[in-house]
Amino acid sequence: MAVADTEFRAASETLLAPRAPRRKANAGQIARWLLLFAGGILMVAPIAYMISTSLKWPHEIYDLALIPDEPHLENYVYVLEDGRFYGWFINSIIIATITTVSNVIFDSLVGYTLCKFRFPGRYIVFIAILSTLMIPTEMLVIPWYLMSQSLGWLDSYWGIMFPGLMTAFGTFLMKQFFETVPDDFIEAARIDGLNELQIWWTVAMPLVRPALAALAIFVFLGNWTAFIWPLIVTNSVEMYTLPVGLSSFGDEADVQWELIMTGAAISTIPTLVVFLIFQRFIIRGVVMAGLKG
Amino acid sequence: MYRSLSVRHKHIVWAWAFLAIPVAFYVVIRFYPTANAMLISFQDWNLLGDRTWTGWKNYEKLWSDPVFWKVFRNTFVYLLIGTPVSLVVAFAIAYHLDKLRFMHGFLRMLYFLPFMTSAVAMAWVWRWFYQPVPIGLINNFLSTLGIPQVEFLRSTTLALPSILAPAVWAGLGFQVIIFMAGLRAIPGSYYEAARIDGVSAWTILWEITIPLLKPTIVFIVVFSSIGFLRIFDHVFNMTTGDPGGPLNSTKPLVLMIYQTAFTDYSMGYAAAQTVVLFLILLIVSLVQLRILRDR
Repeated sequence: MAVADTEFRAASETLLAPRAPRRKANAGQIARWLLLFAGGILMVAPIAYMISTSLKWPHEIYDLALIPDEPHLENYVYVLEDGRFYGWFINSIIIATITTVSNVIFDSLVGYTLCKFRFPGRYIVFIAILSTLMIPTEMLVIPWYLMSQSLGWLDSYWGIMFPGLMTAFGTFLMKQFFETVPDDFIEAARIDGLNELQIWWTVAMPLVRPALAALAIFVFLGNWTAFIWPLIVTNSVEMYTLPVGLSSFGDEADVQWELIMTGAAISTIPTLVVFLIFQRFIIRGVVMAGLKG
Repeated sequence: MYRSLSVRHKHIVWAWAFLAIPVAFYVVIRFYPTANAMLISFQDWNLLGDRTWTGWKNYEKLWSDPVFWKVFRNTFVYLLIGTPVSLVVAFAIAYHLDKLRFMHGFLRMLYFLPFMTSAVAMAWVWRWFYQPVPIGLINNFLSTLGIPQVEFLRSTTLALPSILAPAVWAGLGFQVIIFMAGLRAIPGSYYEAARIDGVSAWTILWEITIPLLKPTIVFIVVFSSIGFLRIFDHVFNMTTGDPGGPLNSTKPLVLMIYQTAFTDYSMGYAAAQTVVLFLILLIVSLVQLRILRDR
């Protein structure tokens, strides 16, 4: 198994298997369980009510009952037939996917270079990229907007994507993980006659696959839910991403809460499904990013 | 050419070849805009007309703008309520969840699920919860108990905490997971020793668990503070139609920046606000790191 993988498993496996000793259920433990269970139900209640309301008829939304009397998909048909949500969904998929691929490639390339090469300027590049972590996105949106305006990037996929194609966070996450790749592996590949690009891609990258997957999940989720920059850079309804579209739709649909909940569900359900499928993996990724990043 | 280079020089060539595009990206997309934002903050510019130098005028205007001080206060209220509340609640959940085996993974999933949602979508869900009778879920529930309805988003005092609630809710799962990882990193032998000495659970919590969790606590405090100081998505979506709430009672700094730049098109004034945001984030992070590390 990969080197980074074993270390990462050691750090996160303990988290996934409860450490608490198996004890006889006593009153204290039962009370603790019930309280945490009640809290957990409260935590998912907003999501549950969102989905429940998206399956209700307008006259039912006042009802506190979680299970609709006659669940139906008419709201989804209505919202999707309108066509806009479909377009926003596709926009979000395209933007989040391209940004994720770009981050996986470039963040790991930079992380790898800073970790495994000794060259003049290394320290300056390292500090320079590190320092960008201190700059809030909000400080950059005005210059980005002016730049997009003068270069004709407004209201385009490229305009939405360009600020997030590389991140300092991803670069440092990857740099940390390349530290776990032994230099001997790289040296051996050099003796075998591989060039540096081949070594990075075919030797080093497979060894940090779990870290790459964690990075991919974070970048995708971040771009899927990104709001302020897409809101600023898009003008036409066709170019909106899901969050921007939902925001304008919510305003316009006003009191038709069952339709707003349907739109909210459409933008939330994909990430929830991904989470339920890759749950162990994502939680490991969070721990990894939190501890290393 | 390349073949005649020494191994060391070949490495230098490769390193810079790998870094060429990223370095260009960081210069053009991060450093130049940062410098540009600072530059624009000393100019007067409405996008259409000329850019004129105004010196410190934008900053002076900000200093004497009552809306800015209201917004400044709001931004810190988000921070000063949001960070401690989410820290304490997340720790309590993680601490107890760590002691349970039965359906452990299921409970953890329930707490983590909100972290995977989009802030915009959930802002609209919570907005619906807060609506007056007969629409809003919370007021409907209160009315079945005979409690008079609460004007959540339309109240000048309750609107801010009402918007903060979903922001805390969405971030809780992340903090719980990080706390649990921190708890697991504490060697079991410490607890064994304490148990043999017959120390109470309360003393173990305060003398062993919390001191050893310090790195985790520092990380969560700094990370969530930055998040609350930059709050925008929830506020914008829960108060569209009246952005910033009644009498600007919920408006955070980022919303003021957005409106100044993209509703009023006062680019210079907005840029000055972003510089202030940058300084606030920098100072708050440094102060927190200093205080929490020394203790």
